[in-house]
Amino acid sequence: MAFVEHLTLFVLAAFLGYELITKIPATLHTPLISGTNAISGITLIGSVLVAGSGNTTLATVLGFFAVVLATINVVGGYLISQKMLKSFGRRRGD
Amino acid sequence: MAGLADGLPPETLQIAYLLAGVLFILGLQRLTHPRTAARGNLISASGMVLAVGATVLWFEILSPLVLAAALLVGAAIGTWLATTVETTDMPQLVGLFNGFGGGASALVAGAELVDQVGTAGTASDLSVTVTAAAGVTGLVGAVTFCGSLVAAGKLHGVLEDPIRYSGENVVKAVTLLAAVVVGVALVTQSPRFGPLQLGAFATPYWVLLALASILGVLLVVPIGGADMPVVIALLNACSGLAAASTGFVLDNSVLIIAGTLVGASGIILTVIMCRSMNRSLRNVLFSEYGGASAAAGRDGTDVYEGRVKSTSPEEVVLLLETARRVVIVPGYGMAVGQAQHAVAELANLLEADGIEVVFAIHPVAGRMPGHMNVLLAEANIPYEQMQELSAVNPTFSQTDLVLVTGANDVVNPTAYSGEESPIAGMPVLNVWEAETVVVNKRSLSPGYAGIPNPLFAGDNTLMLFGDARECMQALVNEYKQTRS
Repeated sequence: MAFVEHLTLFVLAAFLGYELITKIPATLHTPLISGTNAISGITLIGSVLVAGSGNTTLATVLGFFAVVLATINVVGGYLISQKMLKSFGRRRGD
Repeated sequence: MAGLADGLPPETLQIAYLLAGVLFILGLQRLTHPRTAARGNLISASGMVLAVGATVLWFEILSPLVLAAALLVGAAIGTWLATTVETTDMPQLVGLFNGFGGGASALVAGAELVDQVGTAGTASDLSVTVTAAAGVTGLVGAVTFCGSLVAAGKLHGVLEDPIRYSGENVVKAVTLLAAVVVGVALVTQSPRFGPLQLGAFATPYWVLLALASILGVLLVVPIGGADMPVVIALLNACSGLAAASTGFVLDNSVLIIAGTLVGASGIILTVIMCRSMNRSLRNVLFSEYGGASAAAGRDGTDVYEGRVKSTSPEEVVLLLETARRVVIVPGYGMAVGQAQHAVAELANLLEADGIEVVFAIHPVAGRMPGHMNVLLAEANIPYEQMQELSAVNPTFSQTDLVLVTGANDVVNPTAYSGEESPIAGMPVLNVWEAETVVVNKRSLSPGYAGIPNPLFAGDNTLMLFGDARECMQALVNEYKQTRS
């Protein structure tokens, strides 16, 4: 894909993000941070690609560490959000 | 090259990425209400599983055992950290995860550069887009990584005090400038880059990474704990933007969509946090907030002397028994004392006796955006009972008793009066309009802003000195006794 197409995607996603996020109440801002944080772990795809391509040893080593870091981010982020959100859905006395 | 994906058109992977992007968007949409939020998180997580799974299957790259090992190790560490964490330690853990995302992005961009240099062989394969995007990724990613480590350390109490030195802004500016110069060198050599210079090519990237790491540390080290909500939100934005620019490096659309959504989220939260303190982002990041006025020796004797009335749990319980409406204002002190369960127990007792109980939550109370809401939710306080500043402020005049526990600057009336005050213009909770205010605090020591709080000397204010949990527990015990 060309640079301009990527840029288009970026700009549209920014507007969409603005619309989505401004509707989220302050009560949920902490789960929002940890949830979006997990989404930023999407860089795991890139990590998997470079670690798995095996073109050069250095790239593989760097990719390996990137996979570890990104996976911690993804797994930990979603789990922690789920933990918080479950307590929000809960009723007193449950 | 694809085995499992044999026979599928090449667009399949792109469609999978598009679906993943849609799932992220749907997941965020569900976060607009507490009842649907947990489902939204699962939808978002399934998008991640789809995107990663599709990548692995399509390129059949799980075959190197190292990769599978890396995924397992990461997943194990992530699970362990997330399941063992206490609610009170969540801000630092979230901060740490943020850093990992940024760090991973920076490593990916570097690895991709190394890869392209090692295999491409000719200059034409390295476009300016790739090198420029790699430069941005490295800069943002490394700042996020190191900044987050420092932020997490501060939140964990390892590096509690802000470290300040003269000329710190000059040092930061010089470091940033140096990083930008190296970044420009990285980009400008790419178009006329010949095969002979291959080895030299990636060097600027690693120099850039080193400078950005130093910058990340320099940026967060001088910032105090009470400004951490802003810092955490900003680092959140950075980790997303790093992922998005990695998408430019790798020519990958889902990275751009997902990363940008995160970037937008972090920036919006940063703006909200800054507005809640009536300060600019520049002021939060680069100014000496609080330090100056505290050093000036304003210990508050002129404000407090002879006017502060301290109270006891017994007396507070007498007030509670006659109240019809009680507003509880939690602050960082409640989090530190882990008092949320005792507070919830007290609220339950009061409600069982027909007293209306509301929690008033200031946006920047605590150490990350929405920190108090999470603590109270953990203690089973229903979210309908947590009210934001704009909703609760008009109701204080019809409130019999306000119980402030562990909050200080967010209930300081000088925000409205003193123009020289560091918190001038900051929206605060107008608790003094209530019939009686009980402030639970360990001492009269100033809060983060370093200024005395005239509320403590107010005619209708009683001070309940002591640790938040001990005091709340004492109130619970006393209330139970008088009731039975």
